[in-house]
Amino acid sequence: MAQEILQEIIVGILVGGVYALMAVGLTLIFGVLDIINIAQGVLVILGAYLSYSLSTKAHIDLFVGLLITIPVMFIIGVVIHWAFIRRLRGTERTAMTLLVTYAVALIIEGVLYKIYGADDVSLSASYTGTSVHLFGFYLPWIYIYGFILAVALVALIYALLYRTRFGRSVRATMQDETAARLVGIDVNRVAALTFGIGVAVTAAGGMVFGATNAFNPNSGYDLISRLLAIIILGGLGSIGGALAASVFMITVESVVTIWSPDWAVVVFYVALVVVLLVKPTGFLGRKEVRAQ
Amino acid sequence: MSESPGRQRALPDLAPVFKGGGLVALIAIAVAFPQVYTNPAVTNYGVFALIYVTAASGWNIFSGNTGYISLGQAVFYGSGAYAMGVAARDWNITGTMVFALLPLAMAVGAAIAVPFGLVALRVRRHTFIVITIAFFFIFQLMAFNFSWTGGSSGLSSPFLNWPAASYNTPFYYIAFAFAAGTIAIAWLVRRSRFGLQLRAIRDDEDRARGLGVRAMRVKLSAFVISGTITAGIGAVWFYYINQVEPQTGFDPLFDLTLVLMAFLGGYGSISGAVLGALIIEPLTLWLNAQPEFSSGSLSEILLGGIFLIVVLFMPRGIIPTSGELITRLRTRGRAAIAPATTIGPASGTAPTPSSVVSGGAQ
Repeated sequence: MAQEILQEIIVGILVGGVYALMAVGLTLIFGVLDIINIAQGVLVILGAYLSYSLSTKAHIDLFVGLLITIPVMFIIGVVIHWAFIRRLRGTERTAMTLLVTYAVALIIEGVLYKIYGADDVSLSASYTGTSVHLFGFYLPWIYIYGFILAVALVALIYALLYRTRFGRSVRATMQDETAARLVGIDVNRVAALTFGIGVAVTAAGGMVFGATNAFNPNSGYDLISRLLAIIILGGLGSIGGALAASVFMITVESVVTIWSPDWAVVVFYVALVVVLLVKPTGFLGRKEVRAQ
Repeated sequence: MSESPGRQRALPDLAPVFKGGGLVALIAIAVAFPQVYTNPAVTNYGVFALIYVTAASGWNIFSGNTGYISLGQAVFYGSGAYAMGVAARDWNITGTMVFALLPLAMAVGAAIAVPFGLVALRVRRHTFIVITIAFFFIFQLMAFNFSWTGGSSGLSSPFLNWPAASYNTPFYYIAFAFAAGTIAIAWLVRRSRFGLQLRAIRDDEDRARGLGVRAMRVKLSAFVISGTITAGIGAVWFYYINQVEPQTGFDPLFDLTLVLMAFLGGYGSISGAVLGALIIEPLTLWLNAQPEFSSGSLSEILLGGIFLIVVLFMPRGIIPTSGELITRLRTRGRAAIAPATTIGPASGTAPTPSSVVSGGAQ
């Protein structure tokens, strides 16, 4: 039993790492633009389908294919921001951005249905079906590779945020947009690039998600609701919080699966509600985020 | 009343007469509709439109007044449907007696709204929205996983042996009664001090609290009213279509459709939610009935497209936008009265600040 629980904890951490990558994109977008991107879930699925097309049509390896899909998703993100997000202003902006990103999600989902149909597909490669026997645990290779990829990309985002000039302007915008504007930061450019980066990570997240789960165009809803729960739990706009919350939530869910796979997802959302009852700002949330 | 100085009114103010007459005409049209169009395929549109008028107006009572965007209304809609289904099955209630369970369904909605609201209303803005989504998923998953809800196959309602030709008509009038009642409640709330306190919360919650509004109590009351109405109409919907499944009773599209309806018509206004529902629901039904859209993907793309057009080009909705247009036409050549910049009731009903100040224990 203890062995079984430990196994699920390890799986939870590995899968949680991948969710962390997707959640960081979402929370970064929130931090800079003050919007919740409902389309993030279906964009992950879009990323998965891009990898699917590359691997089945062009026979490109899933990980090599990311060199193509990540830039493509980045451009899609910048275009969505340019076309829709930047136009939204005014008192009802919260609800407006919700509707716009949801509309984008609906359109992408409809297009995916048209192209790929409603049947479940999954990504396959030599490492998606095989496991490694490590310290008495059976771990699928794809979980390990996916985790390494996620850690590398999150580290890259951290380096970008904390070691570059662009990162400094992103953090400044997250702290206070008006002040950032006053010191000469091009806030619109920062917002566009941040949205692009936030969407670009879905290419990698989607690839790993597609290699570990069967998916169809409708899978985005389950994903976005989990990601939203994660970033709220971590504290909106907090990258460290998003990392901690994804590993925590996915591990909890993974452990509950031992007893009841049906109720594991319920526990996931109940955990969110319970944590927020105790601490309404989430793990690492700032106070003002709540007071807004 | 617009008191523009130096402008003489040539005619007595006919606005109340027009409004009253329009309202009577609308009610007459709505009542006569199933008598004129007896084809069930047509009355079906009427029933669904009225169900959504009720749900959107119910959403508006809470979200339109307080500014808290709830994406968890399907919790009530589905719970109402399931409450009626489970009660009818377990107590062997059949036929028209099932309608006697409507108060029960509404009570279930209210009973769910209290703890739901107590948890969710502690947080604001985005966090509130996500908490309502989380509740929504908890309820959908419970409907899937419990044995007494029938799992993924859901519940069927007792059979009604009414003739197919006139089957829709009683449902039409029940839905109409719900819609009319909800609009009346929305209007009463809007005119009352309670409604004023809700709008004070929307404008600035901390200041409203400072002025003595018991924010939690007021918000929760509106949330419970909204949940009760939605549960009732969910039960009507269930008996009308004879079937509820976890993914239809607790449907994420339902929540977003309500928001879209309210925004299309004019967020925060009573007539806006009604108009939005009357436009969108028949349109969606019609689109889904077209053979070329049967795959569902095209209607999704179209719905998304409408969303984008509404939000980007008519962000304040049809009613405020056209109201401004009329004002501009009427005041052409004269000094225009500055159009109201806030979404809300006409300034004529705006009370003096002192009534907010004195607001407090109810």
